[in-house]
Amino acid sequence: MLAYTAPTSVEDAVRALAGASGTAKVLSGGTDLLVQLRSGRLKADLIVDTKKIPGISGIRAEGGGFVIGAATPGAMIGEHAALGAAWPGIVEAANLIGSTQIQGRASLAGNLCNASPAADSVPALIAARATCVVAGSNGRREVPVDAIATGPGRTSLAPDEFIVEFRLPKRPPRSADAYLRFIPRTEMDIAVVGVGVNLTLDASGACTDARLVLGAVAPTAVIVAEAATALVGRKLDETALAALDKAARAACKPIDDKRGTIAYRVKVAGVLARRAATIAYKRAGERR
Amino acid sequence: MSKHHVTTTINGEATEFLCEPQLTMLDVLRDELRLTGSKEGCSSGDCGACSITVDGRLVCSCLMLGVEAEGRKIETIEGMAKGDKLHPLQQKFLEHAALQCGFCTPGILVAAKALLDRNPDPSETEIRYWLAGNLCRCTGYDKIVRAVVDAAAEMRGA
Repeated sequence: MLAYTAPTSVEDAVRALAGASGTAKVLSGGTDLLVQLRSGRLKADLIVDTKKIPGISGIRAEGGGFVIGAATPGAMIGEHAALGAAWPGIVEAANLIGSTQIQGRASLAGNLCNASPAADSVPALIAARATCVVAGSNGRREVPVDAIATGPGRTSLAPDEFIVEFRLPKRPPRSADAYLRFIPRTEMDIAVVGVGVNLTLDASGACTDARLVLGAVAPTAVIVAEAATALVGRKLDETALAALDKAARAACKPIDDKRGTIAYRVKVAGVLARRAATIAYKRAGERR
Repeated sequence: MSKHHVTTTINGEATEFLCEPQLTMLDVLRDELRLTGSKEGCSSGDCGACSITVDGRLVCSCLMLGVEAEGRKIETIEGMAKGDKLHPLQQKFLEHAALQCGFCTPGILVAAKALLDRNPDPSETEIRYWLAGNLCRCTGYDKIVRAVVDAAAEMRGA
């Protein structure tokens, strides 16, 4: 039989998770969790609802960057003008998840910890070098977002741990991000491929930093290390884009499924990498 | 397992109910409170037939636990008309014949009202994207969109 608790502090939430007999699940927006519980795919003995914890929903500017509470719904992320100006790629990725109704609840922590290979916000967060603050019985630790998902439906979090907040670093000058996903329709679908790009330029327009992260082409989001080799020191000309396209395709380890074949996903990853990089490059160039 | 005692506000009225933790807000509305205007279509957040607002935020009540209603302000389709006076959206849905079987209609009305509360003059594209999470298998959506456009115009006094 399922039990429910809504602790009002991080410490109480950790105690509830640590003291649970059986399986405890953390509830933020619930847009994945409640579907899985209802379908029977997931069995839980305790739901720990984090939304009564002060600060768990909300966005604040801090140290030149931003802190986004773990349970902040997508709609709130989309309404935050300063966040959208600094990190448009993260905001467009978070806002692509589901319908208006889903946006009213769905959170970054849920998207990350559900650990779907096709999670839209995850490639954008990793491209941004976002970190998350994880609370547990041994206190708090700050880890890169790419250290959380370990495979479809699996995370590196201990049973007594949960994510409290996400931290986005200060933006250097001439720096911007973008996220694109491909789906066969315009709304309400799951990524065939998702691509997050974060670029920093020098005064001449050459890239000094480039992060490319792919979603839905491997068991977890893939950081394309060769993207930096392809772009750093160059402007975004056809040579650079072709090298980026090639690096993206080489990093894919997709599966065949109803959303796309292996060959199709690999090709689309290259195309989206070009397009997302072009958008991020333009945005970065406008921030002189 | 003991039931939780939940105190909340539904359509402006203070409401209390007892609820087992696994029940969704939709279960509570329909089976406990007998507010059966919110419909169960998919139970997975895809169809929008169960749309309500919670503290002004549009959500699927099938993807929310009843216990989460504690201390929140909830609006359902039952709060939309004022007595016998229909909300302009309801009136325009009738005039434009923006429904056939009617199963999706409460959810679409609640969702459309949430849009017009934020944006009194949405474009057709904005309306279509906002309502993308409300499935209708009868109308083809055109009449629904026209009814929302017309209601928005009337509410602006245009």
